[in-house]
Amino acid sequence: MAVLTALVRPRAGWSPSWRLVSRNYLAHRRSKVFFLTGFLEPVFYLFSIGIGVGQLVDGFEVNGRTIEYAAFVAPAMLAASAMNGAVLDSTFSVFFKLKFEKLYDAVLATPLRPADVARGEITWALLRGGVYSAGFLLVMLAMGLVSSWWAVLVVPATLLVGFGFSAVCMALTTYMRSWQDFEFVQLSIMPMFLFSATFFPVTTYDGWLRWVVEATPLYRGVVLCRELTTGAVSVASLVSVLYLVVMGLVGLRVVSRRLGTLLLG
Amino acid sequence: MGTSGVPTAPGTSRAAMVARQADYWVTAYRRTWRGSVFTSFVTPLFYVVAMGVLLGRYIDPARADLQGAPSYLAYIAPGLVAAHVMQIATGEVTWPVLGKIKWDRTYLGMVATPLRISDIVAAHLLFVLFRVATTSAAFLVVLAFFDVFASPAGALGAFAATLLVGMAFATPLYGVSAGLKDQSAFAVIYRVMIVPLFLFSGAFFPISNLPAPLEAVAVVTPLWHGVDLTRMLTLGTLEPGPALVHLAYLGTLTALGWWWSVRRLSRRLVH
Repeated sequence: MAVLTALVRPRAGWSPSWRLVSRNYLAHRRSKVFFLTGFLEPVFYLFSIGIGVGQLVDGFEVNGRTIEYAAFVAPAMLAASAMNGAVLDSTFSVFFKLKFEKLYDAVLATPLRPADVARGEITWALLRGGVYSAGFLLVMLAMGLVSSWWAVLVVPATLLVGFGFSAVCMALTTYMRSWQDFEFVQLSIMPMFLFSATFFPVTTYDGWLRWVVEATPLYRGVVLCRELTTGAVSVASLVSVLYLVVMGLVGLRVVSRRLGTLLLG
Repeated sequence: MGTSGVPTAPGTSRAAMVARQADYWVTAYRRTWRGSVFTSFVTPLFYVVAMGVLLGRYIDPARADLQGAPSYLAYIAPGLVAAHVMQIATGEVTWPVLGKIKWDRTYLGMVATPLRISDIVAAHLLFVLFRVATTSAAFLVVLAFFDVFASPAGALGAFAATLLVGMAFATPLYGVSAGLKDQSAFAVIYRVMIVPLFLFSGAFFPISNLPAPLEAVAVVTPLWHGVDLTRMLTLGTLEPGPALVHLAYLGTLTALGWWWSVRRLSRRLVH
């Protein structure tokens, strides 16, 4: 029996989840237009708000140095689109697979375990997000919006944003009853996009409101990306890194357990 | 119009045929309105506060040429209403139209009655008009508290303008949806049409800030005409010449869209 288990069960760790990643790749191979246009959205926002509105704004101070408005908005668009992509992949798409397509029932009938499903879906979301981020970084470079070598770390930083959001949102998705519940997801994503110091500095707020903004995961992602592309990196940047890592690990733990109870329990 | 070739009781007016469908639309909306509250009313308010009020603090209206607006908030508010109305109208004639043809097949049931295709299109578009009107009215009432209107008459005029903007998007896109085989085109329509229009049609900044070739493109987009018309009304800077051009453009688009929608839906359902 032990021999049989060893033969059938893939190696522990991240490798079994790659099977789910390759399944997703095959399933999406044909929707090239969809992929391409997904990349365009943050670029459109950068050109519109960063450049168009940027001509009306003087620019903002980041760590004692004034930078033009487009350079202020661009890293925020990177973090926000990492969040948006992660949320879409881990909510609507996972819910559909879970409730309607019954994909995970099929997957768990193979040697893959719930944790592999969670890691596979998150890896898939991160791969897509990483490609978008790298492309966006090139756009920023071409437009002269990058002022530090630290910027090479901005792609891993967006992966961290994606990891935190997709793990937590996937965990939340396992609790959702119907499509109506996704209204609550929008209800928290939308204000974060607009108010997490994406379009103006956090000093716009004072008192408790500023504390609330600084405690949101998107704000952590935005400041982290902004610190990297402008070179304003400090020990304090580690707070954001730690925040997003913990968020992701907690989400991953919850979702692995929940998928187990929902589908195998 | 008789395009459908379906026999119709003689002497039935368009109004009577549309009124027959009222029950259907009222029932459907009573079951789904909750889901629309957030997208219709809360999202635009977030944009007003984030971009207009908070970002607006950093924009000096005297230095930045805002087409006569006294503040960035007053500049951006009419643009946001017009752009939002476009999104509401689009949402109501994309998935819902294809759904009534293909998934729940409501239209198939409707054409089996004495209703003509043009009656069905008219009732659906009237429902879109209702959605546009309620959304726009709620948005404008909220904006009144932010003190962005030059005069009450201007605010009413802006309301009428947004109805036209809504229809100028609803009728041609209805025609698009009526002929589609599957829904994948909608995501592309949103990403390459609706989102760029929202961002580049003068809602957030004067289109003269765009590079010259892009400005030329922006001038021919329907949303720019809608935004400019709405803005002239709320700011009290109405110029008859440009206003007539906007009205003619949006009106023509609505009329052509209506004609095309009836034609495409007839082909899809009858022939």
